[in-house]
Amino acid sequence: MKTYQEINDRIASGKAVVMTAEEIIDYVEGKGLEAAAAEVDVVTTATFGPMCSSGCVLNFGHSKPKIRMSEAWVEDVLAYTGLAAVDVFLGATQLRHNDPANMYPPGEFRYGGGHVMADLVAGKELQLFALSYGTDEYPLREIRTYFTIDDLNQAVMVNPRNCYQNYNVAINCSDRTLWTYMGKLEADCKNANYCSAGQLSPLLNDPLYETIGVGSSVWLAGAHGHVYAEGTQHAGGGGRNEYDVPTGGSGTLALSGDMKQMSPEFVRGVSLVGYGVSLGVGAGVPIPILNPGVLKRCCIRDEQIVAPITDYSSDYPNATGKVLGHVSYKQLKSGKIDVDGREVPVGSLSSYSKALKIAELLAAEIRSGDFLLSQPYAMLPADTNMKPLKVRDKTT
Amino acid sequence: MTETVTKKLMLFFPKCECEKPIIYHLVKDYDLVVNVFRAKVTPEEEGYLVLDVTGAEENIDRAVEFVGTFNVTINAAGKGVTWDPDACTGCGHCVVHCPTGALHISDRATMEVAFDEEKCIECLACIRVCPYDVCASAF
Ligand code: SF4
Ligand code: SF4
Repeated sequence: MKTYQEINDRIASGKAVVMTAEEIIDYVEGKGLEAAAAEVDVVTTATFGPMCSSGCVLNFGHSKPKIRMSEAWVEDVLAYTGLAAVDVFLGATQLRHNDPANMYPPGEFRYGGGHVMADLVAGKELQLFALSYGTDEYPLREIRTYFTIDDLNQAVMVNPRNCYQNYNVAINCSDRTLWTYMGKLEADCKNANYCSAGQLSPLLNDPLYETIGVGSSVWLAGAHGHVYAEGTQHAGGGGRNEYDVPTGGSGTLALSGDMKQMSPEFVRGVSLVGYGVSLGVGAGVPIPILNPGVLKRCCIRDEQIVAPITDYSSDYPNATGKVLGHVSYKQLKSGKIDVDGREVPVGSLSSYSKALKIAELLAAEIRSGDFLLSQPYAMLPADTNMKPLKVRDKTT
Repeated sequence: MTETVTKKLMLFFPKCECEKPIIYHLVKDYDLVVNVFRAKVTPEEEGYLVLDVTGAEENIDRAVEFVGTFNVTINAAGKGVTWDPDACTGCGHCVVHCPTGALHISDRATMEVAFDEEKCIECLACIRVCPYDVCASAF
């Protein structure tokens, strides 16, 4: 049994024993659970993939004379200005002005909010254009200028939903090609796509939310960030398999971090033909080994994690809840799965190799004493389900 | 008997050379087997051609010399499609859409993605499906 304080003391003195969620599997098998739990302080988990629910809050500082921005565009991508005078929120899936979208399907979606965020972190010079209705204290009506992330007072990434605990495997049973947020799906089940780091994924290593909660410190694209809330669509209730992997709803995390500390390698603009733009981002979450139970759940393997195969031509868009079967991440990572006796090649949208790199980077930071854990001040709910949006008449 | 070899070439034809039957001479005069992957004439009437030539090595060398007598730029590295290893996230989305296995997972334990240029037939599928704009076409 260890406390957060004891683990942090060991980290600060450079003596912490840290392993990735991949390394720990064989280690515990060789050493035994109890002995390993006494020895290991932290297990690092990670994920990298498109996270559509991402954006950033930027503060530009005041121009002379001042402006209260009522509409603003960064590189022609609309930012939300319903905040204070020079604060904006820029969302990852916002398209660049005049992008034809799916007018001639499937659209290319070359540039949008996710690309602006990636360019910001990469230190590129970007254009700001803003309009205002003008007020007594903010007289300027229009501004066009150029800036880099260094010119901003704050640039804070927010991911209202990140680290999805488990996700669908997308397939297409129809007779035409589909272009989705799960990538290109050929007709007649000719390929399938998944999106999870499997055995490295944060919430699959802490499936019962024993250590990851609101206030936990995380590694977000190279910055030291934290979990600021349960993620949107967090559904901690619902079924679990024998390894506590969710079979129905899944947990999610809301993360935030300082973009000025981020590395461009882990903040990437995403263009998905036929679907839109998004942000590819990498997150690492450390799990404190408080007791053998926590460690046991960190030993989850790809073969124990199963994901539902979902038809994106009908069951997904119509929300029927029907699945075509289940496959394990071991099968998915082999590159081929069996669907109704047919061998189907699989690809993915998330990157296991990047997740592995993040888990290793985070482990190295913790070992060197540069990254401390924080005890959550509220745990994630484990009994909530996702509500659908009902279309109904006004009740009063 | 001399050994036959295959070489990939990318040729760029400026406007003035676009109408010359160069491929005909490669086959007829130098006894080469020609496999064209991709050809394009731009609205400016410039032409790009990516092809494999198979034949005796000295014939290929002589043929390249012959092509060089025209105002044609020869890129013997034949890189009509490029893949940027530093930009690749290793997501693997392109892998199932690549018809030849040029883009492939080189290690299933770490899921690293690699590009085998020799196998690329320049179908351009990866350029469309890569979410991270990692693959590019020279034309
Ligand atoms: S152009 Fe076609 S063959 Fe070449 S790497 Fe891309 S998908 Fe594969
Ligand atoms: S789709 Fe793009 S980023 Fe993903 S593995 Fe292929 S080249 Fe790399």
